[in-house]
Amino acid sequence: MIRFDDVSKRYPGGQEALSHVSFNLAAGELAFLTGHSGAGKSTLLKLIMQMELPSSGQIFVNGQNLRKLSRRQLPYYRRGIGLVFQDHRLLFDRSVFDNVALPLTIAGYDPRDAARRVRAALDKVGLLHKEHQNPASLSTGEQQRVGIARAVVNKPAVILADEPTGNLDPKLSAEIMHLFEQFCGVGTAVLIASHDLSLIRKLHHRILVLDQGRLVHGMDGDR
Amino acid sequence: MARAPRRDRRRPEAQRTEVHRSDPWRGSTGAPVGRKLSWFEQHQRTAVESLLRLLSDPLGTVLAWLVMGIALALPLSLSLLLANLQGLAQNVDEAGTLSLYLEAGLEPMRQQALVDTLSQREDVREVRLITPEEALAEFERSSGFNDVLAGLDSNPLPPVIVVTPQSLEEEVLVGLQSYVAALDGVDVAESDLAWLERLRTVVSLASRLAVLLGFMLSLGVLLVIGNTIRLAIESRRTEIVVVKLVGGTDAYVARPFLYSGLWYGAGGGLVALFLSALFLFVMSGPYSRLIGSYGGDAELHGLGLTNGFLVLVGAAVLGWLGAKLSVVRHLRAIEPR
Ligand SMILES: Nc1ncnc2c1ncn2[C@@H]1O[C@H](COP(=O)(O)OP(=O)(O)O)[C@@H](O)[C@H]1O
Ligand SMILES: [Mg+2]
Repeated sequence: MIRFDDVSKRYPGGQEALSHVSFNLAAGELAFLTGHSGAGKSTLLKLIMQMELPSSGQIFVNGQNLRKLSRRQLPYYRRGIGLVFQDHRLLFDRSVFDNVALPLTIAGYDPRDAARRVRAALDKVGLLHKEHQNPASLSTGEQQRVGIARAVVNKPAVILADEPTGNLDPKLSAEIMHLFEQFCGVGTAVLIASHDLSLIRKLHHRILVLDQGRLVHGMDGDR
Repeated sequence: MARAPRRDRRRPEAQRTEVHRSDPWRGSTGAPVGRKLSWFEQHQRTAVESLLRLLSDPLGTVLAWLVMGIALALPLSLSLLLANLQGLAQNVDEAGTLSLYLEAGLEPMRQQALVDTLSQREDVREVRLITPEEALAEFERSSGFNDVLAGLDSNPLPPVIVVTPQSLEEEVLVGLQSYVAALDGVDVAESDLAWLERLRTVVSLASRLAVLLGFMLSLGVLLVIGNTIRLAIESRRTEIVVVKLVGGTDAYVARPFLYSGLWYGAGGGLVALFLSALFLFVMSGPYSRLIGSYGGDAELHGLGLTNGFLVLVGAAVLGWLGAKLSVVRHLRAIEPR
């Protein structure tokens, strides 16, 4: 589902944030991406989102070579990826429901048809009863769950999360991680960047470890 | 991964029941959600949402409308006034005349020949010959000096042909004037329509001013809307980034701002129409008195429905353009990082 083929990324004027990274994440697989601060976790996710372009190497997502992606195609490509941010990035000028509906609204779905899917996603994260509230009135943990509902509402083939538990206490963090585990079912690949090693060790999933931009553990075949 | 097979589009119910199942995420990824809105429906929604967003800041929006309305009302009112004056200069009913003072000794036969030639012209409505005798009699009657000739050797008045042109259109008038001036036997051709000429000159001068003013103020409106939209874009930066990350196209991101521009423009146009109507109302009294004294059509005419509509559409397009300018400059620069 996600394949990195000798990918390096050098920011203009900086040193290499990623260097010769290769791995393959299958459909239905959940993997954690870990490493020290500045190891290149966010950079790797940004490359998948095409927020940054690799300096060298090739990336394939869902069979699509990202090099061949035109600017026009980019939005449609991104609709196939659910992204969860550390700071949730919810929009406080609209309700929880409208936040979750955003990807469907953007894709142009009839609101009546979208509503069912939105409610199903909210139900999945246990926040259906708060659909009319403003996300600003929710707790941090709840906000993060709304962010997850928004990321999955489209049933994306790939779910990415950058430090989704960065602002949460251990109990909430574990809850959030368990939530992700439920979405890596049929055909969806989940990649979660996190430096919370103690938590992710307990979860028995593949762990990709970055060190100074190099993938030092979790390559294909590693266990 | 295998893309979900396209489900039967004619039977959306099938998809709906699927969503209703206890765990919808058992379904395959990328499964269609349901019906997509048509292009028209999407635009309609955005248009309404943009308007509601503007109205949610009534003070700011009304202020923007006023600024644009005033800027547009100025050239609009001026050109309305000019259109009235122009119409007036075309349709002065009080028949203006040309007086041809013939050479003093011209024989009656040649005088009559001139009258005949002139009568045959298309652009002449009426020709009247005033012989020196008639002229003298008229003079005596109106001045009260009787027997003026008694003190004179002979009648000093020349024969005069008074020509009433068919119309007072500028071309007709100018053509006729140069024709009669060149006629054999005509000494001097004098028009009592000099005021019309002057009015026309002033109107055409002011028309240019109105066009120039309209151009400059429209440009101003364009920039004001552009700047307003720039601020709107800036204030919705977070939202734009999120929308781009969840797959909003450039067109989708731009659309609400373009509609905002359109609404700003249309609102400004409406204010401009209202202000110019107010202007007409205030001006109509003095105008009637002034023009009435010249015997013209003393009523000040408004824009009319069609032109009013055109002004509205023009203002909306202007707003859209201003927003487009801003969108092109500022929206593409906002990329998720
Ligand atoms: N936009 C950028 N410009 C220049 N250097 C950057 C940029 N983003 C990240 N970096 C650098 O790239 C390296 C990896 O950063 P990042 O991917 O954010 O690491 P992590 O998410 O693991 O903390 C760091 O050294 C960081 O300073
Ligand atoms: Mg990071």
